[in-house]
Amino acid sequence: MITHTHRPLRVVLYEGNGSIQLPAESRAKVMMALLDKGYTVTRSSFGAPAMPHDERNLLVLGAFEGKAPALEDATGKITIDTCDITGLEPDAIVALVDKSRGEKTMNEPGKWKPWFPVIDYSRCTNCMQCLSFCLFDVYGVSDDNKIQVQNNDNCKTNCPACSRVCPEVAIMFPKYQAGPINGDEINENEAGREKIKVDISSLLGGDIYSALKDRSAAAKSRFSKERSPDKALDERKKCLTKLVGDGFIPADVLASLPSTEEILKKAEIAKARAAAALAAQ
Amino acid sequence: MLRSTPPEPTLFPTFSSALLSTPATILYCRCAYAQVVPTGVKNEVLQKLCDSNASFETVSDLCEMAAHRDPRLQAIASCGSLRIAACYPRAVKGLFQQAGFPLPADTEILNMRTQTAQEIADALLSAEPATAA
Repeated sequence: MITHTHRPLRVVLYEGNGSIQLPAESRAKVMMALLDKGYTVTRSSFGAPAMPHDERNLLVLGAFEGKAPALEDATGKITIDTCDITGLEPDAIVALVDKSRGEKTMNEPGKWKPWFPVIDYSRCTNCMQCLSFCLFDVYGVSDDNKIQVQNNDNCKTNCPACSRVCPEVAIMFPKYQAGPINGDEINENEAGREKIKVDISSLLGGDIYSALKDRSAAAKSRFSKERSPDKALDERKKCLTKLVGDGFIPADVLASLPSTEEILKKAEIAKARAAAALAAQ
Repeated sequence: MLRSTPPEPTLFPTFSSALLSTPATILYCRCAYAQVVPTGVKNEVLQKLCDSNASFETVSDLCEMAAHRDPRLQAIASCGSLRIAACYPRAVKGLFQQAGFPLPADTEILNMRTQTAQEIADALLSAEPATAA
């Protein structure tokens, strides 16, 4: 992933005064071709609204019949290039935009999937369970002790495991297939099922699950007798293996787990951070 | 070969006003980086937008933009009246909020994963004020 991708261009398909309108089918083909390549496109028509001006350079495409106008930004801040696309096929138009972009990089569809958790703060209770659970440091705490997604790039593609341990069903992965993880609305039955899953997964616990709010005192007592760092680690691995076996998380997530020592160290650090944030609330 | 309709060449000075005025901004998300939005629906919605005379904004993928906190999300969130064709409203709101640019409360979000293309196009192109999702 290119975290700080260049945004060199705002591509504008201009069909206002001074250009010739494309047939709707051709217009759609051009826009689909550009969008599927990763570009964003404004369609600008007669007097109707579009997004406000921003700091990017403009590449204005239009059927100008060979007479693309030379335009200049009145403020002198933005470069405006105009290209005549009269008679061009969509592929040729994409090539023209690519050429205008030059060597500047950007993410391209098919080569990278935007996969990271999105917190629904209307449901999140700031319990820090996700912070404690994730072994890849995706989560962090803000200056005012609120849970945050801080390291998107660390998230393992197609792994939504943290959403399963969230007791409030507040973690979404918009690219996930099924609800409510994909952002679909939550009903009470679904929330209940999620909480049951949390209870099951807490069996593999160790200290990293100590923040579970709904664990009973009796369960705590019984669990603490059985708890040891080695046992917790072993149980966690069993759980992850089961999740892989069920097809819930990809096998490469298991393969990419840190070493035993690192896991224990991370769990300790995460526990301390979560405890500090909770204490500060 | 792209064919053009009869020419109506006029003056260029109106370019900026055609591009920049925004009474009700329409945003279409292509979800190009993952195929979770049905292709038929997203193609049909785009085709219907293209069939109209409306100006509109399209992005390749809102998730991709949110992943690196693209400042264009701020520009979108500050558009005022806004209609978005994307996916689940809870997810779309979360993406903008997580990027640091929360959407206005009255933003209308249409869901291409569950609604029909016709429903979405009708809502996007409606002359009525936006109704929050």
